[in-house]
Amino acid sequence: MRVTMTVNGETMTADNVWEGESLLFVLRERLALPGSKNACEQGECGSCTVLLDDVPVCACLVAAGQAAGRQVLTVEGLRALAGQEQLHPVQQAFIDAGAVQCGFCTPGLIVQAYHLLRHSRGVPADPDIREALAGNLCRCTGYEKILDAVRLAAGRPGDAV
Amino acid sequence: MTRLSLGKHGKAMEFLQPTTLAEAIEAKAAHPGAVPIAGGTDVMVEINFDMRRPGALLDLTRVPELTCWEQASGDGVVRLGAGVTYARLIAELGGLLPGLAMAARTVGSPQIRNRGTIGGNLGAASPAGDCHPVLLAAGAAVQAASVRGTRLIPVAEFFLAPKRNALHSDELITSVLVPRARGPQQFAKIGTRNAMVIAVCAFALELRPARVGSGDEGSVGTGIGSAGPTPLRAPAAEEFLAGVLADAGLWESAGPLPDPVLRRFAELAAAAARPIDDVRGTAAYRRHALAVLARRTLAWAWDSYRAGRGASRCG
Repeated sequence: MRVTMTVNGETMTADNVWEGESLLFVLRERLALPGSKNACEQGECGSCTVLLDDVPVCACLVAAGQAAGRQVLTVEGLRALAGQEQLHPVQQAFIDAGAVQCGFCTPGLIVQAYHLLRHSRGVPADPDIREALAGNLCRCTGYEKILDAVRLAAGRPGDAV
Repeated sequence: MTRLSLGKHGKAMEFLQPTTLAEAIEAKAAHPGAVPIAGGTDVMVEINFDMRRPGALLDLTRVPELTCWEQASGDGVVRLGAGVTYARLIAELGGLLPGLAMAARTVGSPQIRNRGTIGGNLGAASPAGDCHPVLLAAGAAVQAASVRGTRLIPVAEFFLAPKRNALHSDELITSVLVPRARGPQQFAKIGTRNAMVIAVCAFALELRPARVGSGDEGSVGTGIGSAGPTPLRAPAAEEFLAGVLADAGLWESAGPLPDPVLRRFAELAAAAARPIDDVRGTAAYRRHALAVLARRTLAWAWDSYRAGRGASRCG
């Protein structure tokens, strides 16, 4: 089937989509957006986190047809929000805090952190950051640096998000 | 509203996308093998892992009737549309249905709670479903609809076996009717960590205080999760506790619960379980843990009942 949706502000259409296919597969394999990562395929790891109509979801658990006509924001879209020449402030904070090791969990964490910060005032409390990121696994054990990165992004002068 | 094509495994699948409840019910009648999908947190896992290849998916996310909840006037019952997500149970229903909000709070991760729905939890009928013990304790009922009409199924009769429920193949869950809390509710769950766990076991408790002058002597509701082939109630524990609270005038006095009462309640709750050994825990551990949860939730619920009655607490 044909699925049309708005991805990172742009109308995109994928053809020959199998009905049982996930949004994640469509993004990565049909729309050339491999930023969202495919790991567990069962909603356990958060590596494929995207915003669907501004709500964080695991793209691997959304049937492609369910996303038709909806708004999707991926990590690639954050870069675009910041202007193509620079990283988004949340991305930059992850680099500055040393929160990126192998990098596989990073896109999902960045999308989730972006959503948290956009819906928080000031620097969120640690329990709130931990709770928001509870569904994003990092196997390089970089959680402390990841928390640093979120605090850094939240605390930087100007509107980080 | 239907489209057909061959998948990566060469099997055709239809994607049905009704936009009204009437359309959804007609689609289910026309395609009894269609698998309803809302949040996808169970269905997509099975499809991703090639464990299931239904002939059709019935997407319910565009049926507005399913995403509403309302407090029906007068009768004290909250009608939850099947498509109400865990995130909304937490954000919107903590006051009316605190036990359900507590259970929803323990589901998966934020991403899962944003998508997963109460109707999906019921439809999947996992013995470990987090909403089930609370719905059992509350005496909730599932409303099922088909082209033949609608019917109400008490939650206690809804779960038949692991992952099997009482729905007919042409029926959809449209809503869940849950009596509004009229006393303390508690929910507790054992898992290996705080996020992203399937329950090793879970326990829900609801106290329905006596109403003076109405002849209502008060009652107790319980629900056990992940410690039997289906979610279970613990009727002996309910009757024991309700009897003690009424006979000893404890609803009235709001006095402390004697320790032997807590202990006996815990024993009876654990005895109602029918656990097995599996990857998440042994039967013996589950029984032990259930007794702990039953005692704990009762202590918390009774504390909050006493606090609500303005009882004083010393030591």
